[in-house]
Amino acid sequence: MIAEYGQLALTFAFCISLALAVVPLYGSFKGNQIALELGNPLAYALFFLTAFSFWALSYAFWANDFTVVYVASNSNSLLPWYYRLTAVWGGHEGSMLLWLLVLAGWTAAVALFSRSLPLQFQGRILGVMGLIAVGFYAFVLFMSNPFMLSLPYFPVDGRDLNPLLQDFGMIIHPPMLYMGYVGFAVSFAFAIAALMGGKFDSTWARWARPWTLAAWMFLTLGIMLGSWWAYAELGWGGWWFWDPVENASFMPWLVGTALIHSLAVTEKRGTFKSWTVLLAIGAFSLSLLGAFLVRSGVLVSVHSFAADPDRGLYLLAFLLVVVGGSLLLYAIRMNSVRSQARYELFSREVLLWGNNIFLLTATLVVLLGTLFPLVHKELGLGSISIGEPFFNQLFYYLVIPFSLLLGLGPWVRWKQQQVQPLLKPMSLVAIATLILALGTMAATQSIQANLALLGLLLGAWVGSSAIFELLQRLQQFGSIKQGLTKLNASHFGMTLAHIGFAVLVVGVAMTKTYSVETQVRMKAGDQVELAGYQFKLVEVYDLKGPNYSGEAAELDVSYQGDYVTHLHAEKRFYTVQRSVMTEAAVHARLSRDLYVALGESLSEDSWALSLYVKPFVRWIWLGGLLMSLGGLIALCDKRYRRRSTSVEQKDTADA
Amino acid sequence: MNPRRQKRLVAVTAFVLLLGGAIGAMLYALQQNIDLFYTPSQLIEGIGDKKVKPEVGQRLRIGGMVVKGSVRRVPDSLKVSFDLVDTGPIVTVEYEGILPDLFREGQGIVAQGVLVDKTTILASEVLAKHDEEYMPPEVAEAMKGIKHVPPSQLYKESDKGQQP
Repeated sequence: MIAEYGQLALTFAFCISLALAVVPLYGSFKGNQIALELGNPLAYALFFLTAFSFWALSYAFWANDFTVVYVASNSNSLLPWYYRLTAVWGGHEGSMLLWLLVLAGWTAAVALFSRSLPLQFQGRILGVMGLIAVGFYAFVLFMSNPFMLSLPYFPVDGRDLNPLLQDFGMIIHPPMLYMGYVGFAVSFAFAIAALMGGKFDSTWARWARPWTLAAWMFLTLGIMLGSWWAYAELGWGGWWFWDPVENASFMPWLVGTALIHSLAVTEKRGTFKSWTVLLAIGAFSLSLLGAFLVRSGVLVSVHSFAADPDRGLYLLAFLLVVVGGSLLLYAIRMNSVRSQARYELFSREVLLWGNNIFLLTATLVVLLGTLFPLVHKELGLGSISIGEPFFNQLFYYLVIPFSLLLGLGPWVRWKQQQVQPLLKPMSLVAIATLILALGTMAATQSIQANLALLGLLLGAWVGSSAIFELLQRLQQFGSIKQGLTKLNASHFGMTLAHIGFAVLVVGVAMTKTYSVETQVRMKAGDQVELAGYQFKLVEVYDLKGPNYSGEAAELDVSYQGDYVTHLHAEKRFYTVQRSVMTEAAVHARLSRDLYVALGESLSEDSWALSLYVKPFVRWIWLGGLLMSLGGLIALCDKRYRRRSTSVEQKDTADA
Repeated sequence: MNPRRQKRLVAVTAFVLLLGGAIGAMLYALQQNIDLFYTPSQLIEGIGDKKVKPEVGQRLRIGGMVVKGSVRRVPDSLKVSFDLVDTGPIVTVEYEGILPDLFREGQGIVAQGVLVDKTTILASEVLAKHDEEYMPPEVAEAMKGIKHVPPSQLYKESDKGQQP
């Protein structure tokens, strides 16, 4: 019964989204105050109805209501309760409902937090959010309804959740990722609303910035969690596979990162305006492209949902309408916008321009690598796949100049920078870089000219430059103590995010260079040595879980005779889905991970095992975490809240 | 030319050169890393109208069904070999390492590797999807006409997956 209420709420929500798409926009063009003021309550109503609908589906999972087709195909009565709840977004329909919830949540947040914006502008933003919502609500309601019932013949038990998704990482990874994807809809709405009004100034950029930052922060976190989940759950010991679906989330991230930096220029200097708008459109379009790629079945990947050409066609059409419509509006409106600011060749503007170029080139690389196999196949040239080396090679060449610029960027002034004053601090940074990089290398491995050294140098360059710059900035306030209270939060956020990038680069380079792995055949009592660690297989025994059976291996690890840790690796057979899952055993330290995955049984008493020692692999996720933390801190900057109200006061005073 | 125009010209030229260089490098790298997909019969009979066959030493992907009873293990190591089939011809895949969780005889898999002789591939990676009835779409396409009704079709909705 609850499921029917959920369906009803979803239908009402669709009607509300239609109203939201029409009423505030009508009000903004006709100057109708009442229509404009209706925007907020409509946004709240949309959120509450969607939340109710989402709760109804969660309840169906909780109560094992197998009359709902979606529940029956993604859950099972033996599934633990927490996985029953996360199974809500374990399949296509439910994850679309989560998408709607997130979209409605962002819309309500815009209504709640931008009451200080001019009413007309806020109405337009809500209207654009409404237009996007119409597209997605129609998609869920008519093409992928999670509340479909299989009455009167319903199954006694469900088909169980895909075992891959029965993991803690899965509980938070999709919501974070969707917060990011859909969050770019807000940046998009800001850009389109500004295009409608034809008014771009630095206040517009200041309003749009916190929303973009928030979306970017969630997306960073989501991608990082996804990488961590893949590492822990897939049993391959890898953290990034250049899988088409990973790429689909990486492209909006790259463009979103470019957008954050371009918005900074637009806010501070009032230039790069048309570029910023284009990036905002691009980030959201790539989010949509990701949704299309994953949900249409055109791509084959461990991640993709089951194929359905109709859904794919709908999403493709939606994508084309969004891109086409916004670019048309852009073409009509944008030629009237002129930037007045002047800047010299060596200035922060130009360096940020460089940042954007590199980020967009990277996006192009990923886009090419992801879409080329599709095009190739559609042209009838045969099926192909693009190897990992393609991405690795090109990112290698892109990251080097990008990091060098990044170390320099924060030091350079807006408008114009003389070379002379930078020589001293930059040579200090360079010396610190050499000491840090060579020191770390000497402490962990032997010094060699390889990828790891390059990564350490680049990481140390970016990191120490960020720290020195912060110290120097703090000292400008008189003393560091005073500076700590006076410097604005967004500067701290930026520094932290840049350090995060440095940590990430170091992690990637060290892991890539020094990871060792071996696949061995072992009996109980056998001992294998890898990178100085002795792995001893103690025993393998049978396992019985709530919805799986399997085997577990116990290993003791010692380093040069000293006991290090005990590892417990599992191989599970999920009985309902009839599929096998590897639960890798990981012993994590900041400097290295020990990773063991139990393979197949080769004979009565011997087993295949994968053993890995992966130095610095934690740094990759730590870097991602620092980046999103930086985003969060920047978000707390007072000026995003304070000045928007003062602007409103000024506006009313002008009127 | 006035200095402003000159500056702009330099900027535009630099941009175009950079972009051109980047795209050139990208296409070159792309060309180096394309792995063509073959089914066993395509490998032996050639692809397309011209019957293009891969050369020995070429990197490629092969997808097919594992022939029942063809999995041979070398004792005391992880070396394994098995045969793949789609509609007729049979090719052999050699591999050293742990086979994926869902590797099973009679099931569809994809292997990535190098052609070592006309019908043998030395695989560096063997992929099987986490799905009992999974068949690589390319194999399914090549095997059209061969009856294969996955039990999952007993259920109307068979969506499984995770994040986009």
